[in-house]
Amino acid sequence: MSTPLLSIKGLTKTYPGVVANDDVSFDIGTNEVHALLGENGAGKSTLVKMIYGLVKPDSGTMTWNGQPFAPPEPKAARASGVAMVFQHFSLFDALSVAENVALGMENPPAMRDLARRIRRVSETYGLPLDPNRTVGDLSAGERQRVEIIRCLLQDPKLLIMDEPTSVLTPQEVEILFQTLNKLKAEGTSILYISHKLEEIRALCDHATILRLGKNVGECVPADTSARDMAELMVGDTLQTPTRTTEKAGDVVLDVSGLTLEPTNDYGTTLKNIHFTVRAGEILGIGGVAGNGQDELLAALSGESLTWPDSIKVNGQDVANLGPNARRELGILAAPEERLGHAAAPDLSLTENALLTGAIREGLTNNGFVNWSKTTEFADTIIKEFDVRTPGNHVAARALSGGNLQKFVIGREVLQRPEVLVVNQPTWGVDAAAAASIRQALLDLAAGGAAIVVISQDLDELMEISDRFGALNEGRLSDLRPAAGLSIDEIGLMMGGAHGMEVAHVGEEEKEGASA
Amino acid sequence: MDLSAINPVLLIASLMVAATPLLLAAIGELVVERAGVLNLGVEGMMIIGAIAGFAISVETTSPMLGLVAAMIAGAVLSLLFAFLTQFALANQVASGLALTLFGLGLSALMGQSYVGVKPPAMAKLDIPVLSDIPVLGPILFSHDPVLYIGIALTGAVFWFLKKSRGGLILRAVGESHDAAHALGYNVIRVRILAIMFGGACAGLGGAYISLIRVPQWTEGMTAGIGWIALALVVFASWKPWRVLLGAYLFGGINVLQLNLQAAGIAIPVEYLAMSPYLITILVLVIMSADKSGAPASLGRTFHASQ
Repeated sequence: MSTPLLSIKGLTKTYPGVVANDDVSFDIGTNEVHALLGENGAGKSTLVKMIYGLVKPDSGTMTWNGQPFAPPEPKAARASGVAMVFQHFSLFDALSVAENVALGMENPPAMRDLARRIRRVSETYGLPLDPNRTVGDLSAGERQRVEIIRCLLQDPKLLIMDEPTSVLTPQEVEILFQTLNKLKAEGTSILYISHKLEEIRALCDHATILRLGKNVGECVPADTSARDMAELMVGDTLQTPTRTTEKAGDVVLDVSGLTLEPTNDYGTTLKNIHFTVRAGEILGIGGVAGNGQDELLAALSGESLTWPDSIKVNGQDVANLGPNARRELGILAAPEERLGHAAAPDLSLTENALLTGAIREGLTNNGFVNWSKTTEFADTIIKEFDVRTPGNHVAARALSGGNLQKFVIGREVLQRPEVLVVNQPTWGVDAAAAASIRQALLDLAAGGAAIVVISQDLDELMEISDRFGALNEGRLSDLRPAAGLSIDEIGLMMGGAHGMEVAHVGEEEKEGASA
Repeated sequence: MDLSAINPVLLIASLMVAATPLLLAAIGELVVERAGVLNLGVEGMMIIGAIAGFAISVETTSPMLGLVAAMIAGAVLSLLFAFLTQFALANQVASGLALTLFGLGLSALMGQSYVGVKPPAMAKLDIPVLSDIPVLGPILFSHDPVLYIGIALTGAVFWFLKKSRGGLILRAVGESHDAAHALGYNVIRVRILAIMFGGACAGLGGAYISLIRVPQWTEGMTAGIGWIALALVVFASWKPWRVLLGAYLFGGINVLQLNLQAAGIAIPVEYLAMSPYLITILVLVIMSADKSGAPASLGRTFHASQ
């Protein structure tokens, strides 16, 4: 191979208490799709932030086409031809698509010309987008198109994509891959960050695997099995959760005609949702983020009250009961956002245990807190769910994401719920912790609870749910038995390709005006 | 009661004068808030501007130098707020309140020897021919230059926010400082510049009161205009032309109710005195019924932690 496009040698970055990257080296060739594989917290994000000039390495060097490369700020990286599609945090809800694109460019043309160029590029690459729309009104997939088009307008030589498929349906993923392959054929290299092994096997030419900040191996994904890559990534053999099939019991949770307006400006309206969940059954609800997941959880947990008779538990109407009244009846919930929603960041684990456990565990007495009992409850959660913490006095924000997630799930599971609703139970959690959380949910169902798991991780839903449905624009698809569902069928339930098309590059001459 | 004593031409001309300090302070605060910073110290920066402008123009006998000094004084005081909130990461609400209290105290101290002094008068901008037009002349073309600066500034801020690249970056910072940082914009620098602009505008507004509108120095003479400016920005949905409208409405009703009091109308004075606040808020609440919210990062502390 000739000179690599980007060569990284011995990059190290330390934060107080954590070595985010420890002596990482690898090369990205021209016309190569290079995968960066690793679990959450393995240091992938820090590494790409160094390439993009957001973070300065403590030591180590990068060379770009043989020249030393040390971008002091993103502007310099962009000028060299590095473009990045972010996982979070890079769009402005209240601004229009064209304004968002302009903010990511060095020398944007006048707004009218820019709008025209956005239209042209979006048509060429099959990513339909109206430049005048407000970004806050777009779906997650459309927001990603904004980011991709922002990058494409700069003719990047290296396109960095940080977990791009987490917000797409399987059909959209397939089209995105075709777009990426066209880009590669045009001479753009791609650094593709993911923890989804099958995607990497389908798309990437070469993979570098990070674990705890270290480069632990490289491979050609097409020739390596997903299992081998997973073990390199995790550094251990993976435990797959086991389930004991129990016969489902009577209907416990009965939702009919649930309609709910969102509480914030850019939320989704739930439209006429019907489903039932039996005792001992896990209902998996998939769908791309922002299609009503948060609203559904709020409706089921009692944070948002709904029309009478829209939610019944064991035949009793609970639609106008608040969260505490529902807890009393055994309806518990664990929302997606760990810090600030499921747990109060600055309160200790004991205090957080009290917040949802007070009623079912009898932790208060005539308005006084029974601290010894509360501490005992917190310790039980920590022990049973293997929460790694110096003690129950530690503030919730001091725990790592995975440990806090085990705590908030454990807190609800240990209250012996009759109905448990969880949203993204293993989001941002390492594989071992995720496996133990899934096992706990399966065990709870085996004990006769009715469980609703809302998640964007399709593999997770296929692994644990008995029946599956998908949310799309606030509507719930028909429910199907999870066993035997093909990925295509799931994708269609999630809303299919949402108007995305295969890139037209090559079919028609690419207009040369992009320079 | 003698309503005929109220001259409509003079009424309109004087409402524009009454509205200008409020307009200046509010347009400055609007820019600060669009950058995502809530500075509750407007009142303090105004009064510091009032005394600094007054003192310098008395000492130099140049009202223009006084106005410049007022802007500098307001901007310097706002730097204190910028340091506290942007570098020391202090709470913006508490820092803003402290700034107001500090400004009121400091201005009283600085102004002790200026009580009862008469400042040099600001020449009116008598535009030949135009100011001789009956009715329109006195209303539109025979004011002091600062009043026109206030209107021009509103237009400039509107253009800056809507059309310019700098304005787009400023709005982006106010909308999501994390995203702006990720794209490589210097959030702290943008915010400090916005805070200083807000300080200079508030200082100018304060000096307008002490040099042109009243003109004399008394302790606490801004009398809550800074707080009204803060409320005005919110009720105007962070839009420059609505701030202008709100300021003129407030100034107009204020002047009108003073005239009505003088004419001896049979409504208790207290009701007349509260009417500008009530009517301004009512009108702007009705207007802000459309969907246009606050900048999403307003009042949140930014810390580049990655």
